[in-house]
Amino acid sequence: MLSADAAVSVLDVDKSFGSVQVLDDVDLDIRKGEFFSLLGPSGCGKTTLLRILAGFEQPDAGQIIIGGRDMTGVPPHLRPVNTVFQSYALFPHLNVYDNVAFGLRMKRVPAAQQRERVGRALETVRIGDLARRRPDQLSGGQRQRVALARAIVGEPQVLLLDEPLSALDLKLRKELQVELSNLQETLGITFVFVTHDQEEALVMSDRIAVMNRGRVEQLGKAEDLYERPRTAFVANFLGSSNLIEGTVKAVTPEGATVQTVHGPLMTHQGAHLKIGQSVTLSIRPEKLRMERDDETEGNEVRARVDDIVYTGAENQYLLKANGERLIVFQLNADLGADEDFDYEEDVALYLPPGNLMVLEEG
Amino acid sequence: MRRTSPALAAYSWLVYGFLYLPILVLIVFSFNNSRFGATWQGFTLKWYGVLFGRSDVREALLGTLLVAIPSTLVSTVLGTLLGFGLWRYSFRWRTPLTFLMVIPIVIPDVVMGVGLLMLYALVRTVVPFSNGLLTVLLAHVTFQVSYVALTVRARLAGYDRSLEEAARDLGASDLQAFLRVTLPLALPGVLTGALLAFTLSLDDFVVTYFTSGSGFRTLPVLIYTNVKRGITPDINALSALLVGVTALVLVLASVISGRSSAFRRSARRGREDS
Repeated sequence: MLSADAAVSVLDVDKSFGSVQVLDDVDLDIRKGEFFSLLGPSGCGKTTLLRILAGFEQPDAGQIIIGGRDMTGVPPHLRPVNTVFQSYALFPHLNVYDNVAFGLRMKRVPAAQQRERVGRALETVRIGDLARRRPDQLSGGQRQRVALARAIVGEPQVLLLDEPLSALDLKLRKELQVELSNLQETLGITFVFVTHDQEEALVMSDRIAVMNRGRVEQLGKAEDLYERPRTAFVANFLGSSNLIEGTVKAVTPEGATVQTVHGPLMTHQGAHLKIGQSVTLSIRPEKLRMERDDETEGNEVRARVDDIVYTGAENQYLLKANGERLIVFQLNADLGADEDFDYEEDVALYLPPGNLMVLEEG
Repeated sequence: MRRTSPALAAYSWLVYGFLYLPILVLIVFSFNNSRFGATWQGFTLKWYGVLFGRSDVREALLGTLLVAIPSTLVSTVLGTLLGFGLWRYSFRWRTPLTFLMVIPIVIPDVVMGVGLLMLYALVRTVVPFSNGLLTVLLAHVTFQVSYVALTVRARLAGYDRSLEEAARDLGASDLQAFLRVTLPLALPGVLTGALLAFTLSLDDFVVTYFTSGSGFRTLPVLIYTNVKRGITPDINALSALLVGVTALVLVLASVISGRSSAFRRSARRGREDS
């Protein structure tokens, strides 16, 4: 892929450390001004890809284009990118002001301009009053802000963020998620954000690349990935899913019918499938309907409530149906409503054909 | 606060006494108003005066400094680079090289001295030169480098390599990253190592004795050759001065490294708070 409005193009990049292949033919475009996330479990290669963009690692094969320029052989200090490190990596011997001014000094920005830009960057992340502090006198959240100010003060074309929020507690993390999104919109800089936290990625990103074992499993908008996962890995890594295996029985232009342990199930996807092919269907737990009586309109499964987890906003029902486990999430909408089900209760589950996704092998 | 048991206190004093009594006796008798022997005849400073009147002492002092200062400078530069390299780069021979670095510290001085003597003799068959200031200086550098490299490496071991990456990410070349970030962080280790190297050179007798030839003498060698003819109070005074200077430098070194490790502790505390 290589398109004109790409801030970053990753072209067929391979990378191995010894005998371990960490990146396997990664190919993606990151658009100008977008908040792009690399999401995946640890060891999926997301951090390595970020380090390749920063110039700390060289790809074994393939090419990196940033701002239309080939980055092959360009050392980190000559790239139009800046990084926010997971450990912040603030210089312990310099105060906040000097930490932020470091990059401008390296680029020999005139002193008056330095003062102005450092001041502006500190104000942007709202720590203007901490300029004279040393890093060891700051809290985790404050250090995070310094790291951010230091990275944006040089006005890079692309900002690389390596799990910058993972060391913070939940409340602070939520706050900074919102702030980071706002900051990205104000600055208009392209953000490449590495995270293993699916919720963080969903909340903040314009587009997400889900990575697994050195490959990009699926790339798209948050809704696309969540509503239409293409592989079992994506279906389970982003939220939870019910996976149902089966064999294709009939194919029509409107979709397919799949024979499963729960009987035949219709899906609106799968017009491309072949009869006799084995497939995996996926449905999100909140997209099943749970009822007391069965209406027999098809796509219904008889089940029994095995366990109930109360999480506040919703109830999570763990059910047994034909020897398989299914999960259903139901909103706790009205107080006192007769919608709560009991342990051991027999129920009917309706799986709307439009909510059943056909997964690719992978 | 826990009270120390009297037995433990007594034992501790005993150990310290055992270690420091000889030095204490030496210092006390450098102030003894008597030419000979071990009887106290009253306080005097005259032996210090006698000492500085002796031209051979002044010459040996000059020799000591001519060795100690340049050798410290050279070994500090080499040792810092070695310590930095062993910290910064992962390579196949890192572990054996780190081990080799410690050897000059643990090896007996005599072995080191004889080895250098033989090496010099071997080189002399190709390039003629005589033992003296230069051979002693080189000999001192060989053991000083290890001490500097060790203290620098230990100092850097507490730091994340991402600091250097951050510097490069912000536009610093490798050299700038080293000068602006790594070196300032390593500086307390560099200074401690340098002071240690200086005192080691100041005090060294064995290696110097083997490599100095006939014309060149440092203070420890002078003390040895004098004592062979009998202990005189002015030599006591000289020894006391050497002890004093060494102790002073070591205190300075421990203040530097103590302050820097306190700084690092507080940095670590700050990290845990977050």
